Amino acid sequence: MTEPRTLSEKIWDAHVVESPLADAARREALGAEADAGPQADLLYIDLHLVHEVTSPQAFEGLRLSGRTVRRPDLTLATVDHNVPTIGRDQPNPDPLSATQIQVMSDNCREFGLPLYGIFDTRQGIVHVIGPEQGVTQPGLTIVCGDSHTSTHGAFGALAFGIGTSEVEHVLATQTLRQSRPLTMSVEVTGQLGPGVTAKDVILAIINEIGVDGGVGYVIEYRGEVIRSLSMEGRMTVCNMSIEGGARAGLIAPDETTFEYVKGRPRAPQGEDWEQAVEYWRTLPTDEGARFDREVVLDGAAIEPFVTWGTNPGQSVQIGDVVPDPASFEEPTRREAATRALEYMDLEAGTPIREIAIDRVFLGSCTNARIDDLRAAASIVEGKQVASSVHAMVVPGSGLVKAQAEQEGLDAIFTAAGFEWRDAGCSMCLGMNPDILLPGERCASTSNRNFEGRQGPGGRTHLVSPPMAAAAAIAGRFVDVRELA
Amino acid sequence: MDPVSRVVGKAIPLNRANVDTDQIIPAKYLKRIERTGYGPFAFEAWRADPDFVLNNPAYEGAPILIAQQNLGSGSSREHAVWAIQGLGVSALIAPSFADIFKNNCFQGGVLTVELAQEDVDWLMARAEETPDAEIEVDLESQTVRAGPGWERSFEIDAFRKYRLLRGLDDIGMTLEYEADVERFEEARSPLLPTVAAD
Ligand code: SF4
Repeated sequence: MTEPRTLSEKIWDAHVVESPLADAARREALGAEADAGPQADLLYIDLHLVHEVTSPQAFEGLRLSGRTVRRPDLTLATVDHNVPTIGRDQPNPDPLSATQIQVMSDNCREFGLPLYGIFDTRQGIVHVIGPEQGVTQPGLTIVCGDSHTSTHGAFGALAFGIGTSEVEHVLATQTLRQSRPLTMSVEVTGQLGPGVTAKDVILAIINEIGVDGGVGYVIEYRGEVIRSLSMEGRMTVCNMSIEGGARAGLIAPDETTFEYVKGRPRAPQGEDWEQAVEYWRTLPTDEGARFDREVVLDGAAIEPFVTWGTNPGQSVQIGDVVPDPASFEEPTRREAATRALEYMDLEAGTPIREIAIDRVFLGSCTNARIDDLRAAASIVEGKQVASSVHAMVVPGSGLVKAQAEQEGLDAIFTAAGFEWRDAGCSMCLGMNPDILLPGERCASTSNRNFEGRQGPGGRTHLVSPPMAAAAAIAGRFVDVRELA
Repeated sequence: MDPVSRVVGKAIPLNRANVDTDQIIPAKYLKRIERTGYGPFAFEAWRADPDFVLNNPAYEGAPILIAQQNLGSGSSREHAVWAIQGLGVSALIAPSFADIFKNNCFQGGVLTVELAQEDVDWLMARAEETPDAEIEVDLESQTVRAGPGWERSFEIDAFRKYRLLRGLDDIGMTLEYEADVERFEEARSPLLPTVAAD
């Protein structure tokens, strides 16, 4: 009987190509060199997602060294960060963006990679399209030159973000050399109250562990609340693992997972499906397996969250007030709070519900899947966006957009005064013209409220889709539970 | 990559925690397809403030930057490392670094030195008060020296050290394990998904 292992350890162990620490004979042969040589494991990568912004220099590196892409069949590219979300039938007005998008497609052609380009309905945010196509499956190792790759962990895959040099490494070798991470269990017990979403759960977790609480760890989200979430909700939770400092977050696969994957274009079919499910059932953390750190949160105590500061850990619940920096004991946190309030132009003691907003952004790989749009539309239906607010919906992918249109969600949004856009990252990171103007205040369903993230001088408050929708109607933050 | 062994010079005290890569290089500069030329845009928003430390001529030419915990949090953009290199900085000192940023620094040959909070605070105060004071970061002996008698050792993964000191190409090193990769691929389940065109 082997030692009880956690989900992430099982996936890790199944992907070690070469482990210098484990291979005693090799170390012996290398002698003293072994101690100075590689200490980290060489991991095989099952799926590599690629987008236009973090890949051009990697392809250029391959060209310069005369290397090829080892497994084009395990490499999927799309364009998302930089694409316009309006006027795609017109020439791109930004020549730099146009070049980057063109270079992505040139590189895909040259190296033989599949690409969901700008005119493909499957195009979308890289973390939305993988699950949608059914290529994101339990037990896989998945990487992408993007920190929110952790999203795919919702399927019980070990998925993490990498930099451009590592992108080049994976393109060339289909492997990465990585040190074994520590493991953390975050258990959310009980049940969520009405109007409380997965977004509030992850904001509560980050508030609890801090924005660097997960550094060095892979987080496994567990407990009754997590089990009861839809796949969309689980993706929202895993997505923001990086905002708690963890490179990866995952959730054990179960019936909800299988149900979601089944029948998707890249999912196993027929007998293969049965076999795959049988394997996936062996993945969950064994009874008695130990985590390096364990955190428990009471799900019933979680209320809708709103961030007030410039990092995702600076948040309070909707009924609270903007905190006084003096209330933080640790000097760096106190100073950060002071700076954040200045940047956000907020006074300590202001009730969150009195904060008026100018913009609403419903989108991003955190909250732009069909469930998110449905939840927001149900709040918006039959109401009007406040006259002082400019609101937009940017679906996570072309397929999400098509599905929403089929359900009539677009009509609900546009009738209420929302703009209805094409799929992409859009105002999540402000790389295309969808940006906040200096001083504008935005209720956003994205994942980062960093200074200038949504445009220089812009002020971002992170919230759930229903909270963003409710804020759009009221022109300020409201408790979505009071609208029901 | 060029070998890295020792960085000596003045240090820029950036006394902030959780400095994210959106601050180090804003997204609008990620449209370029080159690895160089990001230095002028590094910390663009903060540089608009005349009192921001990088605007202080006393720190001109400093090859070291000191910051507080969780340096490089947020986006995986390696452009942040290229921007820091564009400033002429080749060693970073902080109580902790964000994981992806640390990996990216290693890839680019920027040394990341983790020291205890009180040591970082001491170096920060020293750099603030005496901008000319030099710090030495020595990879071979894994030590930081700051003036007579002040010496601290730091940890670094042996693989990283080995590679940095020799300036080895990471991909080249992995390609030596080709036989292992092939063996692994042969044993991989045929049920695993692919994205090959149908
Ligand atoms: S939606 Fe935002 S966080 Fe997600 S991949 Fe795009 S830019 Fe990154």
